[in-house]
Amino acid sequence: MLKTSISPHIHSPQNIEYAMRNVLIAMVPALLASVYFFGVRALWLEIISILTAILAETLMQLLLRKPVTVSDGSAAITGLLVAFNMPPNIPFYVPVVATALGIIVVKQLFGGLGHNIFNPALVGRVFVMFAWLPEMTTWNVPLHPDWIRHFNLFHINLDSITSATPLAVNKLQGMSALVSQFGSKTQLYLQSFLGNTGGCIGETSELAILIGAFYLFSRKVIWPTVPFVYIITVAVLTALMGQDPLFHILSGGLFLGAFFMATDYVTTPMTLSGSLVYAVGLGLLTVILRLKSGLPEGVSFSILLMNGLTPLIDKLIRVRTYGKQSKRGRDHE
Amino acid sequence: MSRWNELTKGIIKENPIFFIMLGLCPTLAVSTKVIYGIGMGIAATFVLIGSNIFISLIRNFIPDKIRIPCYIVVIATFVTIVDYILNAYVQPLHKALGIYIPLIVVNCIILGRAEAYAGQNTVLNSILDAIGMGIGFTLAITLIALIREILGSGTITLQMLGYGWVWEVPVKPMTIMVLPPGALLTIGILMGIINHFKQKEK
Repeated sequence: MLKTSISPHIHSPQNIEYAMRNVLIAMVPALLASVYFFGVRALWLEIISILTAILAETLMQLLLRKPVTVSDGSAAITGLLVAFNMPPNIPFYVPVVATALGIIVVKQLFGGLGHNIFNPALVGRVFVMFAWLPEMTTWNVPLHPDWIRHFNLFHINLDSITSATPLAVNKLQGMSALVSQFGSKTQLYLQSFLGNTGGCIGETSELAILIGAFYLFSRKVIWPTVPFVYIITVAVLTALMGQDPLFHILSGGLFLGAFFMATDYVTTPMTLSGSLVYAVGLGLLTVILRLKSGLPEGVSFSILLMNGLTPLIDKLIRVRTYGKQSKRGRDHE
Repeated sequence: MSRWNELTKGIIKENPIFFIMLGLCPTLAVSTKVIYGIGMGIAATFVLIGSNIFISLIRNFIPDKIRIPCYIVVIATFVTIVDYILNAYVQPLHKALGIYIPLIVVNCIILGRAEAYAGQNTVLNSILDAIGMGIGFTLAITLIALIREILGSGTITLQMLGYGWVWEVPVKPMTIMVLPPGALLTIGILMGIINHFKQKEK
């Protein structure tokens, strides 16, 4: 299916190790933010998930008698992404099961890196979400570890301890309850952007995610098209639905999903126009799930659904070979 | 020897679920508890034996062009018998299996055996074939139900109408395993394992 364009080609230093190493570096700010806001337990969750991923990948590749490629770092990324998608108080077996399922079933059984239809980390997360729903939706956040009192870099209001994610509060009690909880709208936006809200450990700090994302853009590991089109679509649609667009893009897993999961090479369309369709679809599904479904958040489900549509998008939207005439911009083969 | 072969081929070598991949609909739907799997297996086996006998008996009188409607009439008769018997004597099972009892009429294992086997073979062979296929189906659906119930509910239920036991398994129940995705995941992985060993044999 992958079509190489007509020569000349430019040699690029990028390979799998280069891309994966850079993605791992780009996830460090979010990792630091998770430890800063949720304490050492967040770090333990992340370490355990990464170790599970590496172990599962090695075991599966040995079992299937394939070359062991765990050093390329893709397994570690899956593990870290699973940990980022866990609530802070989750029992440790939940990320272990999620990571193992993602690596063993979704990645290795489908043929390893490059053959998985769905994002392994997200399938793992959605699986444990429906396996242990109470654990996955309990947000009794020990929001401020002690050192925040000593290193209160952003002058965080230490009294605002949240019990539910802002999106859940918005869904159940409305925007006004949320604003009164944070004091003012500006505070709400600011704290959401910094990451001082309830939520999964890696998703709350949009600032940290953005730092990592711009590092990836500067290294040309990912392209900004999908994330920004996705976020803009969510903003426009929530505004049309009469919701607060700024609040919606700064809450939940939108930034984490848009920059680190919707940009996965394997499960996203290959052409530019294909990615646009993909990104708008993501935005549309996220808004529908957030506003019209029973759950407060829908980023994971949107990305998985659009992962499933990616082969179809790639089939319908193809690169036209230069100089070849075709009806309606499509070539039928 | 060949008679014995007719009987045993349905259990492993031509297992209707794992090798012919027929009858997946009830397999996926009712395999949430071990006892439901066994119940479904027995119900389907009864229908299979009855319809195989009758179709084999009348195979020379059925006009070729309308053979499928004729098979359906025979099968539906036995399904109605099963439906009423379960409703009368084993109501909890009847309630649990629900719509999947009438749907045995269009279960591809039964229609498939009628079309592929009973319509061309003697009565005795058809009975042996039906018993083998029925056991194969029951074993497969029970295996899937066992895995799903242990992981999804943390129990093993072998209890009906107050008889039998329920075992507790020290597992943190994963709700998703008793939902449809758990069924598809279980059957997919089992089929993968079986195909892996089948390829090794060759």
